[in-house]
Amino acid sequence: MNEQLTVMAIVLGIIHSGIRLATPYLFASLGETFDQRSGVLNLGVEGIMLMGAFSGFYTVFVTGNLWLGIVVAGIVGALFGLIMAVVSITFQAEQGISGIGLFMLGLGLSSLLFKTMLGTVQGVEGFPDLNFCLSTVGLTSNFCLADIPVIGDIFFGYSILTYIAFALVPISRWVLNSTTWGLKIRAVGQNPEAADSLGVSVNSMRYQAVILGGVLAGIAGASLSISLINIFQENMTNGMGFIAVALVYFGGWSPIGVLAGSLLFSTVSALQLWVQVLALNIPSDVAVMLPYLLTIIALALPLRRAAQPAALTKPFQRGEN
Amino acid sequence: MHKDKSNRLDRLIDAFLPIIAVLLAFIVGAVILLLQGVNPLEAYQAMIVGAFGSKNGLADTLVKATPLMLVALGIAIAFRGGMINIGAEGQIIVAALLTTYVSLTLGDRMPGWIVIIIGLAAGVIAGGVWAAIAGYLKAQLAVNEILSTIMLNQIAIQIGFYLLRGPMIDPAEVEAGTNIPHSARLPRPTDMPRFTDVAEWLGFSQSASDMGLSGYVKELYGVLVEPTRLHTGFIFAIIIAIVVYIFLWRTTIGYRIRAVGLNPHASRYAGIDVKKTMILSMTLSGMLAGLAGAVEILGLHHRMFEPLAVSAGYGFTGIVAALFGKLHPLGIIPSSILFGGLLVGGDKMQRAMQVPQVLITVILGLVVLFVVSTDYFVRRRARRRVSVDTSSTDKQPPEASSSRSAQEVSS
Repeated sequence: MNEQLTVMAIVLGIIHSGIRLATPYLFASLGETFDQRSGVLNLGVEGIMLMGAFSGFYTVFVTGNLWLGIVVAGIVGALFGLIMAVVSITFQAEQGISGIGLFMLGLGLSSLLFKTMLGTVQGVEGFPDLNFCLSTVGLTSNFCLADIPVIGDIFFGYSILTYIAFALVPISRWVLNSTTWGLKIRAVGQNPEAADSLGVSVNSMRYQAVILGGVLAGIAGASLSISLINIFQENMTNGMGFIAVALVYFGGWSPIGVLAGSLLFSTVSALQLWVQVLALNIPSDVAVMLPYLLTIIALALPLRRAAQPAALTKPFQRGEN
Repeated sequence: MHKDKSNRLDRLIDAFLPIIAVLLAFIVGAVILLLQGVNPLEAYQAMIVGAFGSKNGLADTLVKATPLMLVALGIAIAFRGGMINIGAEGQIIVAALLTTYVSLTLGDRMPGWIVIIIGLAAGVIAGGVWAAIAGYLKAQLAVNEILSTIMLNQIAIQIGFYLLRGPMIDPAEVEAGTNIPHSARLPRPTDMPRFTDVAEWLGFSQSASDMGLSGYVKELYGVLVEPTRLHTGFIFAIIIAIVVYIFLWRTTIGYRIRAVGLNPHASRYAGIDVKKTMILSMTLSGMLAGLAGAVEILGLHHRMFEPLAVSAGYGFTGIVAALFGKLHPLGIIPSSILFGGLLVGGDKMQRAMQVPQVLITVILGLVVLFVVSTDYFVRRRARRRVSVDTSSTDKQPPEASSSRSAQEVSS
C-alpha cells in the first residue's frame, strides 16, 4: 500500500515537473512556429533565449518588478529577431549559418553582460507558484485548489507564465488558422510568389513573424531565469533553443503538435531529474543524454513531413522564377 | 575589354568583402569595449601583440590554428557538398576519446610512432562515424543535419563524461580519492614531436640569443627552434589543406561533391548518386574534425579531460574560419591562423585589460552575421553580370545551400 502511494507520488511529481518545464519549450517553439510558417528557419533561438534570460533576470534583479522583466526580455528578443530578419530576409543569407551566428552573438553577449554587470551567480525572487487558495470567512485554514489530490498536482501550483504558455497554444492556432494575418503568414511561407502577386508584401510579413518569434524566444529565456530556476548562469539554456526548433519539425508546424512535443520533451527532461533524485541505477550522464537522443529519433520519424512550409529557408526574390 | 576590367574589379571587391565584414565586427566590438569603459585601441593592441608579438604568443596561435584549420577544412567540404556540419565539437570529442583509449591500450606494447599513427587513424574513424550518422539521417530520412549534429554534440559530451567518470578515469585519481574526470596521461613515446624536437633532430640546437638575433627575427626563430608548445600537428594540418584542395578540384569524387552542393537536381540527372555523395561529404567532414581531436590529444594535451574543454569551441570557431576563408582550402590556412590568433589574443586581452574573453565569442558571432550578409552583394553583382551579358560564362559563387537541397532531394 505504502509502496503504491510512493509510486503515485513519483508519477505525479514527474508530471508536475514536466508541465512546469514545458514552459520555456512552449514559448520558444510557438514563436519558432510563426518563423517557420512564414518561411524562415530561425536557428538563433538559443541565442535569443540566453539574451532574454539575462535581460529579464537583470531587470528583476535591479527593479524587483517581474512583469517589467518579461517586457524587457520581450523587447530584447524582438531586437534579436530583427537582426535575424535583416540578415536572413533582406540580405537573403543562408539561414542555417545566420542562425548559428545569432546563437554565438547571443551566447557571447549574455555571458559578457553577466560577467561585467553581475560577476557572480545571483538569485531573485521569481514568479510565485499559484496555489489558488480561497480564503473562506470564518475558517482559519485556507482551502487551496492545489491541495486537491491528483487534480491539484496536475493542474495547479504553477507560475502564471506556465498558464500563459499553455494559453498561447490555442491562441497561436487561432491566429495562424483563423485571422487574415495568419493566412498571410502561411501564404508567404507556402507560396511567396502567389502571395506577392496578390499584393501581400512577403518580406514585411516575414519580418513580422520573425520579430514575433524573437519576442516569444526572449520570454522563453526569461521564463527560465525568473520563473523556473530564478538565477542566471552562462549558457543556462544548454541546447533548449535548438530543441525548440526541432520541436516545430516534430510538431508538424502546428501549435497543437508543438504542444505535444513540448510536453513529451519536458517530461523526459523531468524524468532525467528524477533519475538523479531517486538515485536509480542509471548513470546520470546517460539520463542527461535522453532528450537529445529523443530529438534525433523524433526528427527521423516521418510525422506530417508534408506539412513543411514549401518555402522554408528560401529567401524571396521578386521575379526570380 | 572594358567589361573585362569591371569584372575584375568586381571580383576584387568580392574578395575583400569578408575582410570588410571582419572589420565591421571589430568596430561593433570596439563600441562594446567603449561602453565598458575600456579603450578599444589599447585592448585590440593587447590582443594583436599577445597573439603575434612574441615567441610564445605565436606558438600558441599556431597551436590553436591547427585544430581550427582541420575543422574548417572539414566544414568547407561539407558546405561544398551542400551539408552544414555544426557537429565538429562532438566529432572532436568522440575522436579524442577513442584516440586516448587506443593510445593508452597500445602505448607500451609498440613503438611510439606506430601508436601515433594508429591513434590518429582511430580519431579519424570515430569522427567520421559520428558525422556519418547525421549524413545518413539527412540523405535517407531528410533529418535536418544542423539539428542532428547539434544534438550529437550534446550526446558526445555526455558519453565523454560517462567514460571519464567510469571506465576511462585515471586510476591515480581514484586512488587519491579526488575523482577528477580525466584519463591517465598517455605514454611519453606517443607524444607527437614538437617543433623544437624536429629542430634538434635537424641539428639546430642554438637558442636565439646564442645566435645573437634580436627583435622580431628572434621571436620567429624562437618559434621554430626553442621549446614551445608548438607541435608538428601544424605542419600536418597545412599538408591536409593542400590535399583537400587537390581532392576537391582535381578528383572526380571532389567534383561530384561540389556538383551536388551547387545543384542536386542537375547532379542527379548527370548520374551522380546524390544521397551517397551527401553522406560522403558529411563523413569526410567528420573525419577531418576527428583528426583535429586526435591531434589535440597526441600533440598537445596527452590525456583526455573535460569534453568541452578539449573541443574548446573549435567546432563553432571553425565555421567562422571556413566562411572567412571563402570555403577554399588555401584560404582556410591564413584564416585559421587569424582566428587562432584571435582566440589567443582574447585570452591575453582578458589578462591585460580585464575584458572578459567571451568578447571573442561576440566578435565571432558578428563575423558570421556580417560575412553571410555581405555575400548578398556578391550574389547580386553576379546576377547583374549574368543579366547584362547572357553569353557570359561567369560562374555563380557556390552557395552552401543546406536544407534546401536535401528536402528537395528526398521529397
